[in-house]
Amino acid sequence: MNRKHMQWLAFTLLKLCALMVVAVLFVIIFDIASKGAGAISWEFLTEAPKNHMTQGGIFPAIWGTLLLSIGAILLAFPTGVLTAIYLTEYSAQSRTIIFIDAAITNLAGVPSIVFGLFGFALFVAFFGFGASMLAGSLTLALMVLPIIIKTSEEALLSVPHSFREASLALGATKWQTVRHSVLPYAVPGLLTGLILGVSRAAGETAPILFTAAAYFLPSLPSSVFDQTMALPYHLYILSTQSFNLKATEHLQYGTALVLLGLVLALNLAAIIVRSHFRRKYRW
Amino acid sequence: MIHSRDVNLWYGRKQVLFDVTLDILANCTTSLIGPSGCGKTSFLRCINRMNDIIHSCRVSGEIRVGGIEVYSPKTDVVMLRKKVGMVFQVPNPFPKSIYENVAYGPMIHGKNDRRKLDAVVERSLREAALWDEVKDDLQKSAMELSGGQKQRLCIARALSIEPEVLLMDEPCSALDPIATAKIEDLINKLKEKYTVVIVTHNIQQAARISDYTAYFYLGKIIEFGKTSEMFEKPKEKSTEMYLTGRFG
Repeated sequence: MNRKHMQWLAFTLLKLCALMVVAVLFVIIFDIASKGAGAISWEFLTEAPKNHMTQGGIFPAIWGTLLLSIGAILLAFPTGVLTAIYLTEYSAQSRTIIFIDAAITNLAGVPSIVFGLFGFALFVAFFGFGASMLAGSLTLALMVLPIIIKTSEEALLSVPHSFREASLALGATKWQTVRHSVLPYAVPGLLTGLILGVSRAAGETAPILFTAAAYFLPSLPSSVFDQTMALPYHLYILSTQSFNLKATEHLQYGTALVLLGLVLALNLAAIIVRSHFRRKYRW
Repeated sequence: MIHSRDVNLWYGRKQVLFDVTLDILANCTTSLIGPSGCGKTSFLRCINRMNDIIHSCRVSGEIRVGGIEVYSPKTDVVMLRKKVGMVFQVPNPFPKSIYENVAYGPMIHGKNDRRKLDAVVERSLREAALWDEVKDDLQKSAMELSGGQKQRLCIARALSIEPEVLLMDEPCSALDPIATAKIEDLINKLKEKYTVVIVTHNIQQAARISDYTAYFYLGKIIEFGKTSEMFEKPKEKSTEMYLTGRFG
């Protein structure tokens, strides 16, 4: 086999791998969309479940997932970005920093069910929040924190060093430099972290299993100390705990489709915002 | 204007400057020349303490700029840098409008009055010989300017906070000959109002624009004097060899 054939073979292989990723995504979307589309209706999206989950809609679960994700991101995004600023801009490369960095990397590797148990022990039991949206959001926030810190760090580091130098040389303080000459240019990258965080928080079941999610609630939560229904957990119980699995199959796929659509819509929104900022600041 | 006494500088354990003692006069252009790695840029970055950002960097000795003890623990780096502006090797405008680039300095020092800012922007751009080329389009992104224009914008940005000293780190090395000529003309005008210290790799450039020249080699000042005298009759063998291009 000569070099040219080798080259062709290598490229074909690389291309196939890339295509496979796309194919898997489309198969998942197609499968869920084709089986779930029939269940989607105005009532499905706006009403509560009826007759022991075999009829009715999933509105309380959609609502709950939205609130939980927003709560988690409200807590995790500022904390994560500020941590990343400290790590990249303020701290010298010391042992402490290497230690903190290693801790964050390891935190990212902790299984989500462990977060769930931890959240239960800390927020539900120790702080006495009970199973509630607050406890669930806090637990989800802890889980997405490492993702947000890591992507924020990358976003900050991708801002050219020369911007910082120019600003400092003009007599700006370190904070003014970060505030005016680093953060604005890191916004697209920070939003990427936000996207990843939101979709992760919206899709996880384990962390809210013991901390926030309810099997069924007759009414929507009215305070952060209330329990809530949530899409991933609803999907889980529909497909495992239902009285009649066959009868609710279209509801399961419908729920999956809504969850998928919700996450994709969130991503799309953030991508639009991100590309807007990218166009605004180019260097 | 700038007095340096026995300045030593280390990056980690590696010593880069050895007992640098140098007096730079006000309203003159002083060139720092020497082969790559001789420490001229490191010395330049001591004058406004830009070396502070490099964590492994350590400096001993004494530098005074005007009345400021540069390396005294009491010195406010912000005030020092307000007095000592800097222009970098690669033009580094912010990806903002021309106006915002020049107004950045005054704004971080608390000037927010629009009319005053307008005046500062115009004065700075005029001093940097860029005004006539951009006056109708101040809201244009700085990234759309040519390389030479970008560098003059960076000079205008440095002048916006009315420094007394202007440090230039090889400001023309990324530019073509025509843009370089423009910047050289500009430097000749700037010294009427500012004290200019310029690091350059271009020996002819040092000869053209500077009143004084310091020749650095291996972290030491080998020779310092009037440019005209040094280029005609270098006192040291090493200087002569460098100036005649036998190494560097």
